[in-house]
Amino acid sequence: MRLAEAWRVALDALRANRLRSALTMLGVIIGVASVVLLVAIGTGTKQKVEQQVEGLGSNLLLVVPGRIEVGNAPVVSPLTLKDADAVSRVVGDPDRVAVTVASGATARAGNRSDFTTVQGVLETTPAVFTRSLARGRYLTGTDVDTSRRVAVLGDAVARTLFPDRDPLGQQVALAGVRFRVIGVFAPLGQSLGVDRDDEVHVPVTAAQRLWGTQRVDGIAVKAPDRERIEELGERIVAELTRRHPDTEFSAVTQQQILGVLGDILGVLTGVLAAIAGISLLVGGVGVSNIMLVSVRERTREIGLRKAVGARPRDIGVQFLLEAVLLTTIGGITGMALGVGTALLVDALSPIPAAITWWSLALAFGVSAVVGIVFGVVPAQRAGRLDPVVALRAE
Amino acid sequence: MTGAPPAIEAVDVSRTYQLDGVSVEALRGVSLLVQPGDYVALVGPSGSGKSTLMHLLGGLDRPTGGRLVIGGRDVNALAPPEMATLRNETIGFVFQAFHLLPRTSAVENVALPLVYRGVPARQRRTRAAAMLGRVGLGHRLDHRPNQMSGGEQQRVAIARALVTEPTVLLADEPTGNLDSVTGAAVLELLEQLNVESGVALVLVTHDQEVAARAQRRITMRDGVVVADSDNRHDRPPSVDHGRPATLVPAPSAEPRSASGSGPGHPSGGSGGAAGATGRLPREVDQGRPGVERPGGTA
Repeated sequence: MRLAEAWRVALDALRANRLRSALTMLGVIIGVASVVLLVAIGTGTKQKVEQQVEGLGSNLLLVVPGRIEVGNAPVVSPLTLKDADAVSRVVGDPDRVAVTVASGATARAGNRSDFTTVQGVLETTPAVFTRSLARGRYLTGTDVDTSRRVAVLGDAVARTLFPDRDPLGQQVALAGVRFRVIGVFAPLGQSLGVDRDDEVHVPVTAAQRLWGTQRVDGIAVKAPDRERIEELGERIVAELTRRHPDTEFSAVTQQQILGVLGDILGVLTGVLAAIAGISLLVGGVGVSNIMLVSVRERTREIGLRKAVGARPRDIGVQFLLEAVLLTTIGGITGMALGVGTALLVDALSPIPAAITWWSLALAFGVSAVVGIVFGVVPAQRAGRLDPVVALRAE
Repeated sequence: MTGAPPAIEAVDVSRTYQLDGVSVEALRGVSLLVQPGDYVALVGPSGSGKSTLMHLLGGLDRPTGGRLVIGGRDVNALAPPEMATLRNETIGFVFQAFHLLPRTSAVENVALPLVYRGVPARQRRTRAAAMLGRVGLGHRLDHRPNQMSGGEQQRVAIARALVTEPTVLLADEPTGNLDSVTGAAVLELLEQLNVESGVALVLVTHDQEVAARAQRRITMRDGVVVADSDNRHDRPPSVDHGRPATLVPAPSAEPRSASGSGPGHPSGGSGGAAGATGRLPREVDQGRPGVERPGGTA
């Protein structure tokens, strides 16, 4: 009964001061909207990165020399194809092992050229990494064994070099050496900041001959099962360390990559949310301020209510509700605004944004809590007013 | 009649304020009794302590000394929420400035005390509407204060004060913001309700003509009661022709002498002698019909 009256009065008070209520809410709206939007961008980025890492293929184990840590300089690889054979023996299945030796090179066809990444790979690559062809065929074991000068072009490379011709069967010069195009990849897009359509696959043996080297940069293994992937990594690292005692090797899984990236993105999202949280706090201070004004304005009304039997608590609840209403209405509006902006950003800009239910629940909860926290002092002040003094107020 | 418990009992009540570290004694040992159905005028110059006493009698404030019992409950023993309940159940207030809620209809204004009593909404409206009917505003239920005249607003305030069926109605200068005709009508209404419902009416006023209509007049000065006189012999006809002109069937010099009594004078032997302590007016008045007023104003 008394609570219903408190609701009615609180709503009435907001309605009586529409502009003031709206401006006060605006502070909360901006705060909540920015929290929702920035968390959405953080979450969207994280999801996109996860998708890209997952998109590399499942149960992947990447073996590289050196230690995988942010800020570590790359190490010149001592690995050769013999090490790849050794890894194959550890794994027990050569089809699950891929290698790469990569370098930037100019690809030329007729009078068109494109600076791209040339990757020397084994024929196992499409099985290890998720990669599909749009046209032609991929490299075969024979291509690799005989260092045949054949190439599979990324989608972007094919478009650049052969805008109006079928590239299959055409010649392309890589670093001045002619290769024959046997296939074109299906478009894949960006992955972790690398344009995966801007690369050319050639047999690793041909690539090594091209650059006059025996090295391979890294070895990738598709583990037979997820459970023992870490153990397999340890065995591979042990084997490689035995073969190259002076070099440190790392075997990382997608989960570990995701973990590292997730930590970085989590910190980023946290910082963004904290900045947005500050604006929510400022909005809360605005609510507190306006509530003090409201209490002062309605001092006589408070006095009268007390005279006819309102207890301190009745008055306090009434003002607390008013504050909570301000922030929750502001919160809901801010959520709608934040969601709308996030959807717009996701649709119209390259920045990914994903709405999660917990960010909405959090934003709403926080705005309600802000109302309580910043409304409690003015409400208590109202509840404790001396009725005699209040009735005399102007 | 005298067996009934008093509505309000004050024994040697004092109230001291602290203003910037200086003690101000607004009340210094006031004792009085208000019986159910009484009609008491509380007069005195400004600063005499009558407003302070009024606030104490209404449970809006607490004494700093003495004993104050309202509706059988000792105020000093009550916490603020209990004081609120006490006010709600026992006291009705009528203020000089009406104190109606703006943007709120007459019937909702009247129903407000019932909200804090926990009465269901429908019943609140029914009771508030009935009460507005009794004060002659049955046709104004949904008017807001700014759509009503001063007299009508004060009637709404009176209805609000009485809707809880209190035992004491405290009216603080209820006609102070009204013109004389409207004021007289409001006063008549209060008196009529006093007679009809038996609610004790305590009227704070500086208007001697108004005060003269009361059954009993308590005069205050410098925080003490200096006279507590009884007009009860006038009482029976007050409803019928209780207009200022016919207030007291006494010598024509009455109004002038009445105005003279305001600032105090210790003379009122009759009132001063017995008045300071809570005596029962009904017992005393029979002894000296017609003596009170001339005595008090000599």
